[in-house]
Amino acid sequence: MINRKIAPEIKDAVDFDITLKPCEKFTLDNGIPVYVVKSDEQDTLQLEMVFPGGSWFETENLVASAANFLMKNGSSKHSALEINESIDYHGAYLNRNSHHETATYTLHCLTKHLTQLLPVMQEVILDPSFSEEELATFQQNMKQRLAVNLQKCDFVANRHIDKYLFGEFHPYGRVSSMEAYDALQTQTLHAFYKQHYTYNNCKIFVAGNLPANMIPLLNQYFGTTKWNGETTIIRPQMPILPAEEKKFRIFNDENGVQGAVRVARHFPNRYHPDFPKMLVLNTIFGGYFGSRLMSNIREEKGYTYGISSQIYNFRQSSAINIHTEAGRDVCEATIKEIYKELHTLQQEEVPEEELHLVRNFMIGSILGDLDGAFQIIQRWKNLILNDLDENYFYNNIRTIKTITAGELQQLAQQYFTPEDFYELVVI
Amino acid sequence: MIHYNKFTLANGLRVIVHEDHTTPMAVLNVMYDVGARDEDPKKTGFAHLFEHLMFGGSINIPDYDEPLQMAGGENNAFTTSDLTNYYITLPAENIETAFWLESDRMLSLAFDEKSLDVQRKVVSEEFKEHYINKPYGDVWHKMRDLAYSTHPYKWMTIGKELSHIEDAKLEDVKAFFFKYYRPVNAILVVGGHVTLEQVKTLTEKWFGDIPSGEKVPRKLPVEPKQTAAHKLEVKASVPLDALYKCYHMPGRVEKQYYAVDLISDILGGGASSRLNQVLVKEKKLFSNIDCYHFGTLDAGLLTIEGKLVKGVKMKDAEKAVQIEIDKIQQEIIPERELQKVKNRVESMLAFEDMELLNRANNLAFYELMGDAELMNKEFSNYEAITTEDLHREAQELFDEKNSNTIYYYADK
Repeated sequence: MINRKIAPEIKDAVDFDITLKPCEKFTLDNGIPVYVVKSDEQDTLQLEMVFPGGSWFETENLVASAANFLMKNGSSKHSALEINESIDYHGAYLNRNSHHETATYTLHCLTKHLTQLLPVMQEVILDPSFSEEELATFQQNMKQRLAVNLQKCDFVANRHIDKYLFGEFHPYGRVSSMEAYDALQTQTLHAFYKQHYTYNNCKIFVAGNLPANMIPLLNQYFGTTKWNGETTIIRPQMPILPAEEKKFRIFNDENGVQGAVRVARHFPNRYHPDFPKMLVLNTIFGGYFGSRLMSNIREEKGYTYGISSQIYNFRQSSAINIHTEAGRDVCEATIKEIYKELHTLQQEEVPEEELHLVRNFMIGSILGDLDGAFQIIQRWKNLILNDLDENYFYNNIRTIKTITAGELQQLAQQYFTPEDFYELVVI
Repeated sequence: MIHYNKFTLANGLRVIVHEDHTTPMAVLNVMYDVGARDEDPKKTGFAHLFEHLMFGGSINIPDYDEPLQMAGGENNAFTTSDLTNYYITLPAENIETAFWLESDRMLSLAFDEKSLDVQRKVVSEEFKEHYINKPYGDVWHKMRDLAYSTHPYKWMTIGKELSHIEDAKLEDVKAFFFKYYRPVNAILVVGGHVTLEQVKTLTEKWFGDIPSGEKVPRKLPVEPKQTAAHKLEVKASVPLDALYKCYHMPGRVEKQYYAVDLISDILGGGASSRLNQVLVKEKKLFSNIDCYHFGTLDAGLLTIEGKLVKGVKMKDAEKAVQIEIDKIQQEIIPERELQKVKNRVESMLAFEDMELLNRANNLAFYELMGDAELMNKEFSNYEAITTEDLHREAQELFDEKNSNTIYYYADK
């Protein structure tokens, strides 16, 4: 008979040797850098084009995201339908995304269809038409979507907490509005596009099963001309203007049965030496299923379906944000418990057993996250776009493996002081 | 092609091993052949509540999550109308930890009153978060009730009402466990950086001595063929009117399923799909419209769901949807459009198979449907579909008598 009370031997995290598989770099004829992680295990590939076209660079609200969205909706040669049909016909996905810093276009397809899809992607990136009709449909549908979202307490809470932290005029705190959608104009979108989606501001990331002539193909479609001309993107200074008040309660829906709870504070960006340490402390506090917050507020008290704490990955300045949806009657009790957990981490060292577990959990997660070319290129992209290299990655791993309970307590004493936190409940 | 090996333990546990040595990770997936459809109509939501209780400690291991996290692993689970699935991902070196944890909770739970107390509350909050405190969140409760007269798909996996969850007793939990959570009712898939021999040894060691249990015959009430259209008007505090139309469709195991799945993609899959192109982009009647289904094992529902542009009248919106439905019923679908949706399926399957966890989960699911090998035949089932098949299935599917419509009106 086996003794089921005894756990099998495990290999400890500190003994895992994690390596970030290298990424090759090529340069197209016009200078566009192409970063490549190959893997021939599957028949699929991912091709991402990245531009400095995020909301940081817009001068009017929503211009960056609207330009990014509408580029795909028609060129001088083809309608939105024709473009969508040729992507759908090949079973491909051409997704666009607009963030604070960057705006991206990402193609996912079966390798065998790539040559048919590159001309379509070229048209989307190089020749969008920004028609009045497409803009009008976009405005109407986005306003409708916003109206629905504004009924959700979590959506409303996310908007407010970022506004308190960064100020409503800062790109991190600015939110969409009916008026901002109404104010969009095709000329502005086109001008923003022309300025930011240029050959000299483009970076390309490819991963997966690539055809042997991948680089010549990219050269053919994106590497021969100085498309959209050379522009200089200046990153403007944006002062952070946080709210003076710290505690907010908002009633959004009188019949709401839950409240969205947010407790948040500023935190330095990823370049600060405390950042990797905070990744560990935050995991202990609210970053995984066994975290202090989950164990207490969900598993002990049953106030919520889930609660977690995240660290924003923003470039200029980061923040720690604790978020949950809790029963209407227990929102205040939830906030009290959040402060209690912050306080405990300030007062007491994390027990060695728990720290050991979190080290192992985090290293196991990273090992899982590095599984496959798409995930590996993602890591490289984050490093490259933030002007970092693999040393940053290895330094984070070293921190996870070696940080002490004493250092964590010190960190908590510095950053987990209740008075520094904004708190918000939206019912 | 997904490669795998299959064997069965003496106690009836079916085991599938999928070796993949390109990854340092391993997955252990256990699927139990029980879902919300197996519930007592007076105790709905139980299969899902039970899933939560599976994390409340087992007979020899007081805490499930801690040792797994210590081994660098992560886990989760989900419950549907048809099945309950548990999965672990962890570094392959530590795979035995997964065997230890998963086998002990198949042997027996701890049946802790405190855990039941807390999880009742947690599930109540989950219920509120997803189905009460969200605009349009109650629509599926209403639609299932409208569309099904008899079959247990009549209620949602989360449960028909909060009180059913609040009333759950520890005896119910025990009875449910020993009825359904037995080796004979489970499928174990182990994938990743493991070998067949290793898995054979570990399975025998950890699962071999668990009492087999008895296979519970499933005798679900069959939903009679719908003979008249059902309609329901709802008024709620939402900003936009919405239209929901559901049609009874074949279950996942039926041959006709594949044609109907392609029909749903023609109507609602991708930006170039018919409903999106005609009703959102050209006629501008809807701000968004989708066509989808849940791929349920028993006969399910093909759903068309859209939000109306403000100012558009419900009857005009519905008429425009009907024109598209008439068109797909009456006109043969162009070859290129059929090829498009087949290409989309091929691509979707390839992207799905990229992740080890999906492969393990799917192998279990196809085995539950009858044979893991079905996974490798899946695309050929789609490839074989002709425009005539689509035409034939569309006739039957979109019969007005087969329809269930909810007019969801904004009261402000």
